[in-house]
This record gives sequence, C-alpha cells and structure tokens, in this order.
Amino acid sequence: MSTLCAGCGHDSVTAAITHALWESDTPPHMIAKLSGIGCSAKTAAYFARGAHGFNGCHGRMPPIATGASAANRDLLCIGISGDGDSLSIGLGHLAHLVRRNVRMVYVIENNGVYGLTKGQFSASADVGSTTKRGEANHLQPIDPIFLGLSVGATFLARGFSGDKRQLVPIFRAAMAHRGLAIIDVISPCVTFNDHEGSTKSYLFTRQHDVQMTVTDFVPPAEEISVTIPTEGVVSIPMHDGATLRFRSVPEGYDPTDRIAVMEHLMSARGRGEIVTGLLYVDEQSSDLHELGNTTEKPLTQVPYEQLCPGSAALAGVGFR
Amino acid sequence: MAAQHFSQPRSKVNDFALKLANVNGTGSSSANNLLMRSIFRMGVPVSGKNLFPSNIQGLPTWYEIRVNKDGHVARARTYDLMVAMNGQTYARDIAEVASGGFTMYDSSWPLDRDLIREDVTYLGVPLAEMCNDEFRGPRERILMKNIACAGALVAMLGIDMEVIAQLLTEQFAGKDRLRESNQRALRLGHDFATSHFDYPLPCRVETMDATRGSILIDGNTAAALGCVYAGATVAAWYPITPSTSLMDAFAKYCAKFRIDPETGRNNYLVLQAEDELAAIGMVLGASWAGARAFTSTSGPGISLMQELLGMGYYAEIPAVIFDVQRVGPSTGMPTRVQQADILACAYASHGDTKHVLLFPANPAECFEMAATAFDLAERFQTPVFVLSDLDIGMNDWVSPALAWDDSYVPDRGRVLDAGELRELEVYHRYEPADSESVAARTLPGVSELGAYFTRGSGHTIEGGYTEYPEEYQAVLDRLARKHTAAAEHTPAPLVDQRANSSLAIVTLGSCELAVQEAIELLADRGITADYMRVRGFPFGAGVRAFLEAHDRIVVVEQNRDAQLRTLFTLETPVPKEKLESVLAYGGYPLSAEDVVDGVTKILGG
Repeated sequence: MSTLCAGCGHDSVTAAITHALWESDTPPHMIAKLSGIGCSAKTAAYFARGAHGFNGCHGRMPPIATGASAANRDLLCIGISGDGDSLSIGLGHLAHLVRRNVRMVYVIENNGVYGLTKGQFSASADVGSTTKRGEANHLQPIDPIFLGLSVGATFLARGFSGDKRQLVPIFRAAMAHRGLAIIDVISPCVTFNDHEGSTKSYLFTRQHDVQMTVTDFVPPAEEISVTIPTEGVVSIPMHDGATLRFRSVPEGYDPTDRIAVMEHLMSARGRGEIVTGLLYVDEQSSDLHELGNTTEKPLTQVPYEQLCPGSAALAGVGFR
Repeated sequence: MAAQHFSQPRSKVNDFALKLANVNGTGSSSANNLLMRSIFRMGVPVSGKNLFPSNIQGLPTWYEIRVNKDGHVARARTYDLMVAMNGQTYARDIAEVASGGFTMYDSSWPLDRDLIREDVTYLGVPLAEMCNDEFRGPRERILMKNIACAGALVAMLGIDMEVIAQLLTEQFAGKDRLRESNQRALRLGHDFATSHFDYPLPCRVETMDATRGSILIDGNTAAALGCVYAGATVAAWYPITPSTSLMDAFAKYCAKFRIDPETGRNNYLVLQAEDELAAIGMVLGASWAGARAFTSTSGPGISLMQELLGMGYYAEIPAVIFDVQRVGPSTGMPTRVQQADILACAYASHGDTKHVLLFPANPAECFEMAATAFDLAERFQTPVFVLSDLDIGMNDWVSPALAWDDSYVPDRGRVLDAGELRELEVYHRYEPADSESVAARTLPGVSELGAYFTRGSGHTIEGGYTEYPEEYQAVLDRLARKHTAAAEHTPAPLVDQRANSSLAIVTLGSCELAVQEAIELLADRGITADYMRVRGFPFGAGVRAFLEAHDRIVVVEQNRDAQLRTLFTLETPVPKEKLESVLAYGGYPLSAEDVVDGVTKILGG
C-alpha cells in the first residue's frame, strides 16, 4: 500500500507502470525494481510484488542497476528516481549510466521539490517558480532531456503523471528499447509544490503541456496495419521485433534526429512549453553488454567450471 | 688508469643491499628489473622495492635490492652499494651508504667535493660520455645509460653474464634491434668496470639453489588471478594508485582465460566506474543479482564508498573490496606504503557497522585470500575487505609458485532456488536465520516466490519496513551475532611460540619479513619473543588465546595511531596495559632495524 500523500502524482505513475507491465506480460521474477532515496524511491515497493526490489542509497541507483544488469542481462531493470535523486546527488551517475547505455527503464518522477525534507527546491525547479511560502527560485534548472541528448542517450521521453494514456505506450516502448530509456515524468507534489506560482503543479503542467509526438507501441506478435491509421505515422522497428510507431504533432518533428530535436526543445523551452511525448529514440547504438562483448547467457548462469582456469593454467604465471 | 683496489673486511656474499637513485621517467625501471631478476635466476633470495614518486617525469625515484641468503629480504635501512644517478638527491643518497660501502656515480661530471665521505669508496663510471659516443638520439642515450650502468653492476656484483644474456633474449624476443642495443650497452658498462676496478666487490652474488619452485610476482597480479580463480564475473573500479594494476591484471587474465571458446564472448565484465561510489554500487548491484563481484581501490576510495558499504552491511549484500593501502590521510602520499585503513575498513560507514577483514602478507596470500574473501562475503552476506598494501601490491616478491586446489567449490552461502522456494509456505528475506545468524537469500530472475524488497531503511527480522525500536534492534543484534560467527571462519593467525617467551611480537600484513628478521636479531641480543601475525578480523579464538598467553605484547604496524592495537583493545578482552606499539608510518616499507630499535626502546635497552 502506498504511503505517499493522497493525490501524489507518483501513484499515477505507478499505475501507468503497472498497466504497461500487465500489457507486456513480463514474468514478475524477471523484473528488478531499483530506486534511490526520496518519495519516488518508495514507489518501487508499490508495483510488481513478484519482483525483487532494491531501495538503495540517495542518488546511487544508477550504479546499483548497472551492476545488477551486468550480472544478469535478462532482467528487466526498472529504475524509479526523482529529481533530487537524479539531478542533484546522483547527477554524475545518471550521466554515466547514459554513456554506458545500460538496458533499463529509468523513470524520473519530477516534481521540482524535496518532499520528505519539506519543500526545498530541487535542481529541476524553474527560474521564477515559487515555494509555498512565496520564495522564488533563482538557479537554472537541469533538464534531464537536454542532459541525455548531450551525453548520448538513446531513448528520451517526457510525460505527465496526469496523462496515463500517453505514458503507458511510452513505458511499453521503453521496456522494449535496447539500451537506457529515460522517461521524465512531471509528477506534481500535492503537499509542497502544487500551488499558484509553481511551474510543476497540476494546473501549470496541464496549461503548458505541448505534445511533440503521439506514440503507439506494437508488440512483436501483432499485425501493425490493422487498427491504427497510418497517415503521418513513422514506424521504428525495435530489437525484439516490436514496432514503435509515432506521429509527430508539430509537423516535421523527427525524434530520430538528435540535432533537430535539440533545436526544437530549445525553442519550446524559450516559449515556456512543457514538451511531452517520445522526444528522442535511437535503436541502433550498442548497449552495455554489446559494448562489453559479454556472453549471451547472464553471467550469473555461467557455471563455475567455465570461470576457473584450473591449476594447470598457473604453470605460466609469474617470472621464473 | 690503473685498476682501483678495495679492501673490505667482511665478505658480503649473498648478503647485502644496494640502492639505485634515479630520475623518474628516464627508463631506469627495466634496468632495475634486469638486475633483480638475474639475482633471482641465480637462485638467491632477493627483493626489489620501488620507491617511486607520485609523478610522471622528473622527481626522484629509487629502487632498492636486498640480497640475503637466509631469505631476510625486508627493506634494508643502509646500503652496501649506492648507485647515485640523480644529482638532486646525491647528498641524501650518499648519507645512506653503510660505512665501508661503495657509491657508483656517473663520472662524466666531477663529483661535488662536499659529497665525499672518507669511509665510502667511489666508483666513477662515465656513463653519459660512453653512451653519447655509442648511441644516437637523446632518448636512446638516456635509456641505454641505465643499461650500461646495469652492465657495470653486473661486473661489480658478480652476476652471471649468461643469465643476463638469457634474460635479454627472453625480454626482447622478436625485437632483435632492441636486444642488440641493450646487449651493447650492457657490455659497455661491464667492460668499463672490469678494466677499471677490482671486481667483483665484497658484496656480491654467488649462485645458490634457494629460489627453485619460486616465482617473482607482485601482489596485485596475484590478487587479480585469485579473483579469476574464485569465479568473479563482474569487476567495477575507479583508477587509483596503487590498486590500478590489480584491475589491469584482472582484465588481462580474463582476456586470456575467460573468453567462451565457442562464441568468442566474454564471461566477465569490467566496469570502469565514474567514481568509487559508483564502483561499490555496481559491486553491490551485481552481487545482489548473484554474481561474484569485486572492486579494487585504496584509502581515498574507501572513504568515498562509506555510505554504500553500510548499506551492504545492513541489507546483507556480499561484496569484496581490495584495499591496496597507501599513505593517508587525504591524498597523502599516493606512492608510499602504510597500513592505516584498518579501522576505516573495520567500522566503515555511519551507524553501528562491523566488517570482515583479511590481511594478506605477500602475493601468495593475495591469491589465496581472494577466494576466501568471496566465500566469506557470500557465506555471511556482507562486504569483505582484503587489506593489501602498496609494498605487497606493486613490488615483485619471491613467492612460492601459486597453487590452486582443483577440488575447490565456491561457498555461495545460503541461496534458495525455485524448487526450494516452492517447498516453503512463505519466504522472508531475513528469517529464519541459521546457527551463524545468516538467513537464506534469493536472487532476482529465479522465482517470484522469492521476491523481496531490499532496503537500507529500518526493517524487521522479516525484511519489512519498521520504525519500532524492538524490531529494529532485533536485526541489529542478529548482525552483531553474525559478525561474531564469522570470527571462526577468518584465516587463523600464523603463530611461532618456539621461544616460549612471555614477550610476544604481533604484527600483520607486509610487516612480516621485517618482524621475523627482527626476532632473530633480538634473539642474538638475548631477547626472545614469540610471534603472531593476524590474518583476519573478526579475531578468532587463536588470536585471543595468544594474546592471553603473553604478558607483554608489542604490536608492530605501519600507521601512527596503532590501529591494530586499538582493534585488539576494542574487540578482544586483552588488557590495554599488556599492549605496546612499534609504529612506522613514514611511507617506506618496514625494516627489521625499525622493529629492533622499537622493541629495544620499549624494553628499556
């Protein structure tokens, strides 16, 4: 049972993840749920009860997930983080997780505020956004989408906890992505950051939400052409045979063109828009295990006999 | 010039020390290695210690060779022969020559009169001049100067030219031009020495048969191999002196032994992390998922890992950490040795924590203790530290050839598989615990019946969240019992009670050779002492019994604050008054003389 505040955006994100997992048919024991510290970190306890969970230290979820994924590449790692966890104390780890392209779903439940310590600004707070008491933030925000674009992310999306319809197909595509999928979800904090003057409130987000793409995820077994109109729709084949389909809302928005995406998002930011949808995708880059040329079988399943060279191999060791 | 004749009263055949003073970055290390290896090949016990600076080029660097037929090859404090090739350190170097000893210098330039000592014989070899005539290009001239110097030393020390020739053939296999120029340089120095000096010196090498079955190996290489043999598949690290060569060696041996012959794929993954926080995080994640995972680091890395080490302890996740200790605090002296992380590792992290430590004393133990560390980490589901140091890790040691027992079966600890889980009514992560206070864990990817939520926050004996005092304390108390239970599984101390003395000298790690030699030297002076080297923490019954059985105990260690002694007072019933300290913490490896001086002072001698 969730111990978050009534109306917390995070519970809606949990619901969307649960929905996507249910649709995807992933056996629970093949899921590893990982989190750091904060309100977001608790949510890993609220879905997929048949999965192992790891509620680690503040900001350190990315390396822990990297280790888990390194050991068992068959696990579907789902990391749940927050803006404090990912953009302040764990920012360095997140950047390097991106560089390694660790295959996992990385959700940032972004509310611009520290909830458990009662309302301090986080690193994602916009300039001019105010606290409950009316103090304005003067520091520039860190946007995980821009960060991801600059360090080579292969899947970037933004959603809003209040729009489950948009989130579910994005989560499904993220689960099928070969590499790291970052989903930045604006998830308002009803207790500390849902007032007038906040740029991470339900109202502000609804008023400024601009969808860049409408995404649909088609699992491997299904026929693509039957139900969905194809007008203006681009299909991207995913590594496991699934298809990621999207329709651009602003004409010409191409989520596979890193530079164009950067330009689009920069100008949208200038207009004060909160852009949502699948924003960038690259299905071609190698992931952690491809880069490491690791064996296809999870390392945890390689028998010890194949790992130990045996006493005879010591004959050539050392200077004699 | 007529041959220079020397008279030195005492023969120092196979019993001497020499020191080579050089400038860092001039390629002296291969010449140094050549000398050390040739002495080893002649069957004579030898050590080579590299006292190098934290620098790439320009600062002073030394290499010390101690030759001793009885195997006493701890660092010497004075030298029978100083090879003074660094003008910056002449004064300091010449001061370290034993009375009646020798100094070899480059006589291409005159020696400063102030540096002449009446009781030292000077051997001038015009190395720069000879090499400038013989070789072209500044780089080759500098490199070959070192080899020519080695050639002169070969003559003066009586090193077998055939052994040297064979070493060069091995070293430069397939590189004929390099071998030829090395041989030419070697001959140049050799011939100068034989035609100008009375050779060999009284301190010289004669062939023995004391290194048969031994190898030269450094502790970091041995530790890395130990990890390969123990079945480690995930390694995460951040580069740091002096542990870097451990992970380099792991990657090297994995590339040799861990490629799947059918697919060409790697049965391992080395992760160069963004920092040490990430490195230990990766290790915990991989161990939690069921791999044998480890990191290698040094003091500053241990400091950075603190928070997650506490999580590993409290959430009961195996991890193996190799700490190749260097001089602290802070950046300290990165290329110098200390044993000053003992307490930082024993109680790493905030809150009540206690860890399992292993103390290897030499490369062979680095190799063996790798498997021990993984076994203990998985059996007790907790981080285990292997506290090596720079002297063990980075210097070549004469070691018994590494041996592996092919019947070894990894102790993976209590891990439930899907079948075992099906037979349980319900699974709880931390309950029930066995007689060693360890509960069975499960791995992700096996069965949803074994699912649990790992947390560093307060939890009940079953693993659920709690903030109730009695529930929290129950877990903390079990962890203390678990740590106590580990005491009988850490390696037993090495004990020598032949002296049957009430006085004991206790030490750990790389102090061993110096302390053992000191015990002999003290015995010559009529002071007899028993000996114990501790090899693990928590301390087992063997350690406690030894401490109890002796009235006066001198603890020898390489740190300022007597950390091992402190650990004894905290973790055993030994009365504090029984314990005294000999401490060396300047950053150079320990010498027997340091111990003799310290013990003598304590005894009021």
